[in-house]
Amino acid sequence: MSSARARALHRRRRVVNLLGLGAATLATLFGLVWLVWILGTTLWNGAGAFDAKLFTEMTPPPGEAGGLLNAIVGSAIIIALGIAFGTPVGVMAGTHLAEYAHGTALAEVIRFVNDILLSAPSIVIGLFVYALVVQPTGHFSGWAGGVALALVMLPVVVRTSDETMRLVPATLREAALALGAPKWRMIVRVVWPAARTGIVTGILLGIARISGETAPLLFTALNNQYWTVNPANPMANIPVVIFQFALSPYDQWHSLAWAGALLMTLVVLVLSVGARAALRRRG
Amino acid sequence: MSATTQQTLPPPARRRSRGAAGDTGFRVLAGTAALLVLILLGATAAAMFWGGLPALRAFGWHFFVGVEWDPVAKRFAALVPIYGTLVTSAIAMLIAVPVSFGIAVFLTEVAPTWVRGPVAAAIELLAGVPSIIYGMWGLFVFVPFMADYVDPFLDAALGPLPVIGALFSGPPMGIGMLTAGIILAIMVIPFVSAVMRDVFTLVPPSLRESAFALGATRWEVVRGVVLPYTRTAVVGGIFLGLGRALGETMAVTFVLGNAHDFSISLLAPGNSIAAAIANEFTEADSDIYRQSLIALGFLLFVVTFVVLAAAKLMLLRMARREGT
Repeated sequence: MSSARARALHRRRRVVNLLGLGAATLATLFGLVWLVWILGTTLWNGAGAFDAKLFTEMTPPPGEAGGLLNAIVGSAIIIALGIAFGTPVGVMAGTHLAEYAHGTALAEVIRFVNDILLSAPSIVIGLFVYALVVQPTGHFSGWAGGVALALVMLPVVVRTSDETMRLVPATLREAALALGAPKWRMIVRVVWPAARTGIVTGILLGIARISGETAPLLFTALNNQYWTVNPANPMANIPVVIFQFALSPYDQWHSLAWAGALLMTLVVLVLSVGARAALRRRG
Repeated sequence: MSATTQQTLPPPARRRSRGAAGDTGFRVLAGTAALLVLILLGATAAAMFWGGLPALRAFGWHFFVGVEWDPVAKRFAALVPIYGTLVTSAIAMLIAVPVSFGIAVFLTEVAPTWVRGPVAAAIELLAGVPSIIYGMWGLFVFVPFMADYVDPFLDAALGPLPVIGALFSGPPMGIGMLTAGIILAIMVIPFVSAVMRDVFTLVPPSLRESAFALGATRWEVVRGVVLPYTRTAVVGGIFLGLGRALGETMAVTFVLGNAHDFSISLLAPGNSIAAAIANEFTEADSDIYRQSLIALGFLLFVVTFVVLAAAKLMLLRMARREGT
């Protein structure tokens, strides 16, 4: 190969390298632009509509000013129900996978299915809970919303608690068993405390996930323009109120939807960023 | 000797039996909870299947290939939402795959170490933003942007062309499958790029260093060593993103326009399976209407299950190779 051709080849390879890496950098900037644009818009429009009335007044009829009090309380109740149903089942399922079924084929199948449920479309969960709870009881309710959110949260909790319990050193378990502790006491008194940070992080990530979910609530909790703390009734909640208000033609409703969007985004991001930070510090 | 043993034994024996009872109870509780995960999947599939079966019986195969969606005449065929789901997901993957690959390359090859953490966290933040926020932002900010700048440009530049012109012609309304596809792309980018970045870091340093030692440029190392080594898992990550895009509801519901007229143009209002369910389920006023929507839900569930299972299998293959 002549030296001129070698130089040309060398230059071509360097140019391709720069183009490729430059494109990668541009792709990253492309991703970050959307983040800034979306969060910036939410912050700007939401902050403009943020005031004390948000937390003291009910959702208004069309074209009037008001707040989101019933939706905030409703969301809190439905999320609390989701946590109450989802957390114990999730932690126990994770315990089974990590402590009892470790290495069995069934555990692998359950992990596989759980990982699929983690990404499954949440609107299908909504339809399922509609068939499971709403149809038999004959009406939409906060209970149904809580069940739907529990089902969305479950895979998150199962996965993190399984993973963190498997990280607990076997020597700790052996020490407890050697002292004569029954296996369940060993799990409750030794494994759970040792894996506490991870389990709590998983629960926080699950809460973050369900705090932002809308689709499973559309046909379960529905909405309610009046005050209620009874989960047997249809319940107002932030995501469905945002959905309804944003698609309406009224300006007051739009600004309330933005305020709700900002509130929800703050809660979700603080929870998920905090949980991830805790997990990372531990890792 | 044996007598004294007999006398001292009872207390520990009773303790052990109480412990055994607790053990059995705890074990059964944990096992039931774990089985519930399997039951959840099975029950969801079964409920969707039985719920949608009457619609599938009534309309047969025509349900999947026809375009009429007429609640008044109670005739339902779902090609428009099915087509919308496929097209918006395809647009999303066309954008998200190269961008996610670029982000993963940037985070593993280009960026200085101190930049990697914050940038990765920022991209991760995109995954944390609730999907209804994407939908609202899409409706109030991105749709007007598309209508004012992008749609007219595409219509003028590509509309007159033969064949593909049909995809880009129409009034510049901003809502439509192109807008929905772009928003879906933004939503799946963090998932796909996180998988790609994670598997890129699994490439053994000795392999990369050998290539560098032979004089390869960074880009050549990515193309010639990193990508071939991680190919299966990269495709798995793409499928994971696809599974998310197919089932995403709120973000696309806001910007698709909920139209049931078939239109080939990406700039015209359309629909998707998830958006049709979200928009119409609570307003469905006849059993067959509701059953048709549930049948669509069943279809969506089956398709996303297959896609996500394929993704998981590909990622497991990579993990297993790492383990050995």
